[in-house]
Amino acid sequence: MSFFIETLVGGLLAGVMYSLVAIGFVLIFKASGVFNFAQGSMVLCAALIFVTLREKNIDFWLAALVTLAIMIALAIAIERIVLRPLINQPQITLFMATLGLSFVIEGISQIVMGASVHELDLGIVDTPIQLGDIQVSQFDLVAAGAAGALVVILSIFFNWTRVGVALRAIADDPQAALSIGIRLQTLWRVVWGVAGFVSLVAGLLWGSRQGVQFALTLVVLKSLPVLIIGGFTSITGAIVGGLIVGAGDSLAEIYLGALLGGSVSSWFAYALAVVFLLVRPAGLFGERPIERI
Amino acid sequence: MSLTSSDPVADFAPARASRLLSRGRLGAASALAALVLLAGVPLVANDYWLNAVLIPFLIMSLTGLGLNLLMGYAGQASLGTGGFMSVGAYATYNLLLRVPELPLPVSLLLGGAVAGLVGLVAGLLSLRIKGFYLVASTLAAQFFLEWLFNQYGWFSNYSTSSSISAPRLEILGHDLSGPTGRYLLTLTTVAIATVVAIRLVRSQTGRVWMAIRDMDTAAAVIGIPVASGKLKAFFVSSLFCGVAGALWAFAYLGTVDARSFNLDRSFEVMFIIILGGMGSIVGNYLGAAFMIFLPIFLDHVGAHLFAGAIDAGQLENFQKALFGALIIWFLIKEPNGLAALASRLGNWILARFPR
Repeated sequence: MSFFIETLVGGLLAGVMYSLVAIGFVLIFKASGVFNFAQGSMVLCAALIFVTLREKNIDFWLAALVTLAIMIALAIAIERIVLRPLINQPQITLFMATLGLSFVIEGISQIVMGASVHELDLGIVDTPIQLGDIQVSQFDLVAAGAAGALVVILSIFFNWTRVGVALRAIADDPQAALSIGIRLQTLWRVVWGVAGFVSLVAGLLWGSRQGVQFALTLVVLKSLPVLIIGGFTSITGAIVGGLIVGAGDSLAEIYLGALLGGSVSSWFAYALAVVFLLVRPAGLFGERPIERI
Repeated sequence: MSLTSSDPVADFAPARASRLLSRGRLGAASALAALVLLAGVPLVANDYWLNAVLIPFLIMSLTGLGLNLLMGYAGQASLGTGGFMSVGAYATYNLLLRVPELPLPVSLLLGGAVAGLVGLVAGLLSLRIKGFYLVASTLAAQFFLEWLFNQYGWFSNYSTSSSISAPRLEILGHDLSGPTGRYLLTLTTVAIATVVAIRLVRSQTGRVWMAIRDMDTAAAVIGIPVASGKLKAFFVSSLFCGVAGALWAFAYLGTVDARSFNLDRSFEVMFIIILGGMGSIVGNYLGAAFMIFLPIFLDHVGAHLFAGAIDAGQLENFQKALFGALIIWFLIKEPNGLAALASRLGNWILARFPR
């Protein structure tokens, strides 16, 4: 039984790591209806910039600040060069554009900063903590703490600041929001900038866990089921989805994997997500659009 | 019925009948010319062109055609294309292996039908799930199928290596395993599929699909069978993709390899139809040409410009970035795809002809 609980807790904590990436998706989808496939590349890009700066012996906080500044500049460039000319195009076209964007970001990051694997040490001691008769990874606890803090900060930002309220207005009804003088383009820059910040946090945690390398972009594929279980428009959903996927994934890997004779982690999260979608077609916390004819 | 001047029908449509060049005729004539040109290619082209350029171009056009029926006509976006292609490839392989009495075209079609059925099952999701949620859930099919063929040896006849060699290709005793034979097999299949697709989208089925695409709730309200329409679209689309997958394995690669039908393939097909033009038949060929020729072009440009100056890894990254940038540039400049450009070109030609 303690093995089961240990697997479950480990899975739940790992799931939070996926939530971190999913939150970046949610932010952008909520504000602009863009399904941003480049989120994984942004995670890689942020982690690469940070680790390159750190290797030049730059102070941790200064490096983080510089990385953040570059990510915000990137967000502004994306809004100006990619999103603005594509305004009013079908969502699938914008999705394809973000796919192209992910090629550009991945290509350029690796040209400038190299494709080798970088070690990233955040100074978190990763000795397991004994809780009763189960062991919990300290690193996972820190990651979960970071995700929790991020959710609190973002909730405050969205609920209590002017920009946050404007963003919610845009998400609710872009036309009405525009007509009362909300500046859509400024807000898109803000939201892509915030998504850049979230990618930085995700990139640091993922990077220190598995090294900063190209494979980091693949976390995007792991975070998609999280996203569809939670719903594209809910930050709470991203967290809950992450917990479900993390727990389901690690339990299935142990029990279902043994049954089928192989690793099931490549598809199990998706199958789980489909089951959830069949019951709630817009995710657990997503808004189901009212269709009018 | 003969069309004489006394025919009352002809009197009702004098303008169309008297015009030497109409849009439909221009399209049909260019399609025929393209087909004749493509059929004549083996006489002049070398094996490199057939093997490395034209065969993948034709197969990717066919895949684009398959996805375009589903996404461009029926409005159901899917990222399971690579998975459905692999089903077609493995099903055809097993048919050729286990039922050798069947002639190649029948195995190919049956393999496609198996892929169609798998697509139909995946399509059941579309009855409940819409939009990007559907796109993300079709990834379940993609990843599951990829895993399935790697996991269980039966599909690849317990071959020890992960790739398995294709069986002999022949029709009525004619050996098709040479480059020309494989090319003509592909060309014939694609030509037939194109005619079927054109007939299909102009039939009632096609109109049902377009009604679903434009607004499925409204279509349901006026009594259009939405559920069966969606499922039909998934079946036909996956059938096309399955046949394309089998051709990819046998006519192009010469081996069945699950890794060549991964998610990147699905994205590539989606790029083809978006760059080519959603809801357009000719767009698939233009999009496929773009996707096949651009990397070759970039390879040559890179090799000439930076020969030896930068290492291969950097060159690859550079090409990747350039490819992404070109895609974005193209989406911005022509969001309706190459088919819209072609259509404008057609109008331009027509405008220069005397009526």
